[in-house]
Amino acid sequence: MLGALIIVFREVIEAGLIVGIVMAVTQGVRGSRAVIALGVGAGLVGAGLVAGFAGVIAEALAGVGQEMFNAAILMIAVVMLIWHNVWMASHGRQLAAEVKRVGDDVRGGTRPIAALGVVCAVAVMREGSEVALFMYGLVASAGSTALDLVIGSALGLLAGVALTVVTYLGLVAIPQRRLFAVTTLLISFLAAGLAAQAVLFLQQAGVIAALSQTAWDTSAILSDTSLFGRVLHTLVGYSDQPSVLQVVVYAATLAIIFVLTKAFGGGRSHAPKSRGPAAAPAPAE
Amino acid sequence: MVKARILPLLAALIAPMAGVAADEPATMALTLKDHRFDPGEPAAPAGKPIVIEVTNLDPTPAEFESKQLRVEKVVPAGGRISVRVRALTPGRYRFYDDYHESTAEGFLVVK
Repeated sequence: MLGALIIVFREVIEAGLIVGIVMAVTQGVRGSRAVIALGVGAGLVGAGLVAGFAGVIAEALAGVGQEMFNAAILMIAVVMLIWHNVWMASHGRQLAAEVKRVGDDVRGGTRPIAALGVVCAVAVMREGSEVALFMYGLVASAGSTALDLVIGSALGLLAGVALTVVTYLGLVAIPQRRLFAVTTLLISFLAAGLAAQAVLFLQQAGVIAALSQTAWDTSAILSDTSLFGRVLHTLVGYSDQPSVLQVVVYAATLAIIFVLTKAFGGGRSHAPKSRGPAAAPAPAE
Repeated sequence: MVKARILPLLAALIAPMAGVAADEPATMALTLKDHRFDPGEPAAPAGKPIVIEVTNLDPTPAEFESKQLRVEKVVPAGGRISVRVRALTPGRYRFYDDYHESTAEGFLVVK
């Protein structure tokens, strides 16, 4: 039972963290809860479909369908995250400074939360499909221990949900005016890590062969299959044996986000000086 | 950490793109039955890209995975997949079925 719990939990860590982060990022934005719920729901349906058609997907595109599919949805998530950060750089600081203070979130609703809903959907779909396949295998092989394993899997899923809650609560405990900076940073590293994962699939498919040598091997120090390693894998893209190209793409993604944020964040200097909220008595949450 | 990321980046920029793509890959077949790999320790040549074909004879799905080979791919019940692995240096590379890691594990022996 414990084995199944750990396998399932390991699979859902990434989705759990991502949904928790998105919930914190969109906290207080009108309609954001519905969008996230929709994203997670769509992700679950998608996970069922991906698992159900695993055979078809695997055989598609001359046998590299699975890799191309994974790489594509990872890149969608990356683009959505970058878009969100850039949008927030050009509009968000102002909103965070003014809107939050008066407690009126109406204009906050214009934020591109749909992009983050998509991010939730693809995260849940990707990992959910693997959990679905694993659990299907358990049920199909219906041994005497099957029920035990199914219970373990269910507990693993619950642990994933708990991780979402902990992530969310941990982030929203951060004072409002710092939360923006923290989540911007989190999303940047998250996007870079997902981009590096997409590279892995393209290399596995043989679409890209260049720079496939291993950049470093820190598996003896911190394996990225350990629970902590897995958390770091999602949060900052930690990998214990990345290829050189993964490292290059990781750095490039961070650079792109930095440049775009600077380029589109010009309006920030015209925003009410950030002294404003700082000078005001800190709201007691 | 920052340094660790920058060094390989510099190396990558300076070193010319290695033309491994042109090499003919070596092919290697594995089967999964009763959640065990056959052969358990397949051999492969060093210095050549390798295409690993995995056929799953079990009635349940598997996930062929290896950290060292950097592959991760679902193998449907009764299905067959192939993954491409970079040219390797001699050594033993562990692979496993992520869903049945306790029995389904093997080593790619590169010589």
